[in-house]
Amino acid sequence: MPTVHSVLPTLAPLIPEIILSVGVMVLILYGAFRGERSVEGVNVGALILLLLALFVVVSQAPGIKVTTLSGAFIQDSFAKVMKALVLLGSAAAILLSRDYFQRERIDRFEYPILIVLSTIGMMVMVSANDLIALYLGLELQSLAAYVIASFHRDDLKSTEAGLKYFVLGALSSGMLLYGSSLIYGFTGTVSFPGIVSVLNENAGFGIVLGIVFVAAGVAFKMSAVPFHMWTPDVYEGSPTPVTAFFASAPKMAAVAMTVRVFIGALPDVTAIWQQIIVFISIASMALGSFAAIGQRNIKRLMAYSSIGNIGYALIGLASGSEEGIRGVVIYMIIYLAMTLGAFAIILSMRRRNEMFETIEDLSGLSRTHPWMAFCLAMMMFSLAGIPPLAGFFAKFYVFAAAIKAGLVVLAVIGVVTSVVGAYYYLRVVRIMYFDEPKAPYEAMPIGSLVVLTLSSIVVILFWLLPAPLVGAAGAAAKSLF
Amino acid sequence: MFGLGILSGLLIVPLCGAAFILTLRGDEESVKRNARWAALATTIVTFLLSLVAWNRFDPSSPSFQLVESHAWITETIRFKLGLDGFSMPLMLLTTFLMPFCIGASWHSIDTRVKEYFVAFLVLETTMIGVFCALDLVLFYLFFEAGLIPMFLIIGIWGGKRRIYASFKFFLYTLLGSVLMLLAIMAMYWYAGTTDIPTLLQTRFPAHMQTWLWLAFFASFAVKMPMWPVHTWLPDAHVEAPTAGSVILAGILLKMGGYGFIRISLPMLPDASHEFAPLVFALSIIAIIFTSLTAMMQTDIKKLIAYSSVAHMGFVTLGLFTLNEQGIQGALFLMISHGIVSGALFLCVGVVYDRMHTREIAAYGGLVKRMPLYAAAMMVFTMANVGLPGTSGFVGEFLAMMGAFKANPTVAFFSVFGIILSAGYALWLYARVIYGKLEKPSLQGILDLDTREKIILAPLVALTIYYGVHPAPILDVFAPSTEQLMAGIRTALSNTQTAAAALPLAR
Repeated sequence: MPTVHSVLPTLAPLIPEIILSVGVMVLILYGAFRGERSVEGVNVGALILLLLALFVVVSQAPGIKVTTLSGAFIQDSFAKVMKALVLLGSAAAILLSRDYFQRERIDRFEYPILIVLSTIGMMVMVSANDLIALYLGLELQSLAAYVIASFHRDDLKSTEAGLKYFVLGALSSGMLLYGSSLIYGFTGTVSFPGIVSVLNENAGFGIVLGIVFVAAGVAFKMSAVPFHMWTPDVYEGSPTPVTAFFASAPKMAAVAMTVRVFIGALPDVTAIWQQIIVFISIASMALGSFAAIGQRNIKRLMAYSSIGNIGYALIGLASGSEEGIRGVVIYMIIYLAMTLGAFAIILSMRRRNEMFETIEDLSGLSRTHPWMAFCLAMMMFSLAGIPPLAGFFAKFYVFAAAIKAGLVVLAVIGVVTSVVGAYYYLRVVRIMYFDEPKAPYEAMPIGSLVVLTLSSIVVILFWLLPAPLVGAAGAAAKSLF
Repeated sequence: MFGLGILSGLLIVPLCGAAFILTLRGDEESVKRNARWAALATTIVTFLLSLVAWNRFDPSSPSFQLVESHAWITETIRFKLGLDGFSMPLMLLTTFLMPFCIGASWHSIDTRVKEYFVAFLVLETTMIGVFCALDLVLFYLFFEAGLIPMFLIIGIWGGKRRIYASFKFFLYTLLGSVLMLLAIMAMYWYAGTTDIPTLLQTRFPAHMQTWLWLAFFASFAVKMPMWPVHTWLPDAHVEAPTAGSVILAGILLKMGGYGFIRISLPMLPDASHEFAPLVFALSIIAIIFTSLTAMMQTDIKKLIAYSSVAHMGFVTLGLFTLNEQGIQGALFLMISHGIVSGALFLCVGVVYDRMHTREIAAYGGLVKRMPLYAAAMMVFTMANVGLPGTSGFVGEFLAMMGAFKANPTVAFFSVFGIILSAGYALWLYARVIYGKLEKPSLQGILDLDTREKIILAPLVALTIYYGVHPAPILDVFAPSTEQLMAGIRTALSNTQTAAAALPLAR
C-alpha cells in the first residue's frame, strides 16, 4: 500500500471526520451564544454536516486503501460503506427527534451536537487500524451516547437508563481495554497489521485470554448475548428518538468494529475466535426470538429484535470468509432500513400529547392509518425474513456464507430461531390487521414521514434491483481480505 | 415490450390490477363495486394472457419454453422465467381458477373489499411466479411470498378461529421452507448457480443428495400436505373465506407436488429412489388415516379438507413410483383435484352464504329446493370419489397403476383409499342433499342464482370433459415425463454400476 511519509500525516482520508469535528465546534459556539433560540439552527446545521460528510464519504474514490496517522487510521471500501450507514443512521436520528423533543419540551441544542460527536466516534471506530484508535473512537461514541440516553433528565426512567448504560458500558470498556492490553503484551504491538504479522496458529494462552476479553467488550457494544442485559432497559427508558438512534448508527459501528478486529487483526487465529462468535451468535438468536415473545412494550420488543438480529449478522462473521463479511454488510444495510422504518412508526403513535408504547396500542391500525400499518407490516415481515422483502436477502447472504463455510448446524439453528422470531413479528401484524381499531393517532410528523418513506422503499423494493447494494457490500468485504 | 416477455407480463398484470384498486377513491359502495369489477377484469385479462402463452407453447417439446432471463442479484442468480410440460398446466390452472375466486367473493366479502382483492391479486402473482420461476432463489422467493397475502386473507376475512388458523398456516409452512432455503444454498455452492436448467444437468454426490432431499422434503411435505404435517390444512380451510379455500386446495397444495417433480425427482434421483419407501408409507397412512378422519367430520369444509389430504397422498404415491404411469397419474390428479376440490369449496360457499353454517347436521333435503345445486354437487362428489367418466378417475387410476408396477403391496393398500373416499363423499352428499327437508331454516332456501350458475357451469363441464377425454392434459405432460424418466434411469443405472464396480476395484 502506498503511504506518504512526511512531517504532517496525510489528511485526505480524514476529510469527513474533519468536516464533522470543525462543524460541531462551530455549532457548539453558535448554541452557546444564542442559547435556546438556536435549537432549530443547530439541528439544521447538524443535519447538513452529516449529509455533507456522507457526500464526501460516498464520493471518495472507490477501491482505494489508504492508511494515515502512522497507520492508526485506515480508509477502504469497507470503511466507506459502513461510514455511509453510520451517517445515514445519525441523520435519521436527528430527523426523527425534532417533533418528539418539541412536544416533550426537552428541545435543547445539545442533542444534535451529541449525535454528531458520537458519529465522529463511530467513524473512528469503523476506520480504526490499531487498538488505541479503536478504543478512542469507542469511548467518544459511548460517552456521547450515555448523555443522550438520559436526555429527558426529569424523567425517572430516562435517567435510570442513562446510568445503567454508563455503568455497564464502563465495565465493558474496561474489559475491552484489558483484552487489548493482553494482546499488546503478548504481541508487542497495537497495530492490526503488526498483530497479524506476529500471531500464528498456535497462539499462547495469554492471546486467547485477550481475545476473550476483547470479544466480551465488543459483544456488549453490539448488545449480543451474554452481554445484552442492558439493552431492553436502556431501549425502554431512553426517549424514543434516542432509542431509534441506539438501534441504528451505533449498531453499524459496533458491528464494523467487531469485523475489523477479528478479520483485520486476528485472521490467522480464526479457530480461536470462531467458536466464541458461533456461541454468541446462537445465544443471541435464541434469546432474541424466545424472550421477545412475552414483550408488550414495543420498544422492548425492538430491543430483543435487535439482539436477535445481531445474532444473525454474526453468522456471517463466524464464517470468517469474504462471503460472510459481504453477508454482514448486506445485513447491516437492510437492518438499518428496517429498524429506522419501524421506529418512524413507533414515534408516530401519539394522541393528544401522549405517546403510546405497547403493542396493543397498534390494534386496528390498518383501519385508521392504512399506509402506516402497511409499512409497519412490511417491516415486520421483513424482520421475520419473508421474501420478497429485503430482510429475506439479508438472511440469505449470511446463511449462504455459513453453509459454504460448513457451519450447517449454526445455519439450521439460525433458520429455526427465525421461525420462532416470526411468531412475534406476526403478532404485531395480527394486532394491526385482525383486531378492532382504537381512536386514530395524530398525523405523522414530517421527519418520520421522510425516514419511513425512504426505508419502506428500500425494504419493499429491494428485490427489484438488489445488484447495486450487493455489489457495494461485495467490494467492502473484498477490501478486508 | 420493454424487453419483457409474456411471462413477465403474467406477473405484472395482477400487480397492476392491485395498484389500480388501491387508487380507487369515492364513496364506499362505488369503491366496493369498482374493486370487484377491476379484480375480475384483471384476472380475466391474466387468464387470456396465459392462453396466449399456451398458444405459443409447443407441447411436443420437453424443453423450457418462453424463456426470459434478466439480470438480477448476480450473474449466477438471475431473474429467469420459463415453462415446460410440468409447469404449463399448473400455471393455466392458476389463472383459470382466479376469476372463479373473485366471483365467489362477490357478495360474501363485504368488509375491507379493496384490501381483499389487492391481497388476492398479489397472491396470484406469487402463484404464477412459483410455476414460472427457472431459478431456485426466485422460486423460493415466490413460494414464500405467497404466505403474506394468504396469512392476511385467512386472518382478516376468516371465521371464528381465524387467528389461530392463520398463525398455524404461516409458521408451519415457514418452518418447512427455511430448511429448503438452506438446501438451495448448498446447491448453489456446489453447482455455482441456482439456474434450474443447469441444476437439472448437475449430478450431486450421493450423501449430499440425501441431506438435500430431506431438506426439500421438509418444505414440500408441509405444503402438500403429507401426514403427519397436515394438521394446518383443516384449520386453514375451515377458517378461510370460500375463495381462500379454493386457492388453498386448488393451487397452494399443488406447489408441494410441483416442487417434487421440479426439484426432488430430477435433481436428486438417487435420494428419491432411496426414500421412495418412506414416501409410500406416509402416503398410505395419509390415504387411509385421513379418509377415516374425514368420515367422522361434522363440518363440511373440514371433511373436504381431509379428503384433500387423502388425494394428495395419491399424488405423492404416484410421483415416487418413478415410472411413467405413476408420474403422469399424479400430475393429472393434481390438475383434476385443483378443479374438483376448488369446485367443492365453491359449492360449500354457496350454501354457507345462505345459511352461514358449515355444520353437516344443519342441512338435509336440499335437493327439494335446490335441484340445480344438487346436480352440480353430484358431479363434483363423483369426481372426488373417482368415478369413471370424471376427471378424478383418470388420475387415481394411473397413479395406482404406477404403484402396482412399482410395488403391488402399496397399490393394494391404496385401493382402500378409493373405497373410503366413496364412503365419506357419498355419505356427505346423502346427509346434505337427500333426506327430508324438515329444518325450518331451510324452507326458504333458494337455488343457484345467475352468478353462481356462471361460476359452476364451466367447472362441471371441465370435470366431465377431462374425465372422458384426458388426452389434452396428458399429452402436455408426456414429453417432460419421458425426459424426466430417462434422466432418472440413467442416474440410477450409473449408481448401480458404480456400486457393482466398487468391490471389483478393491
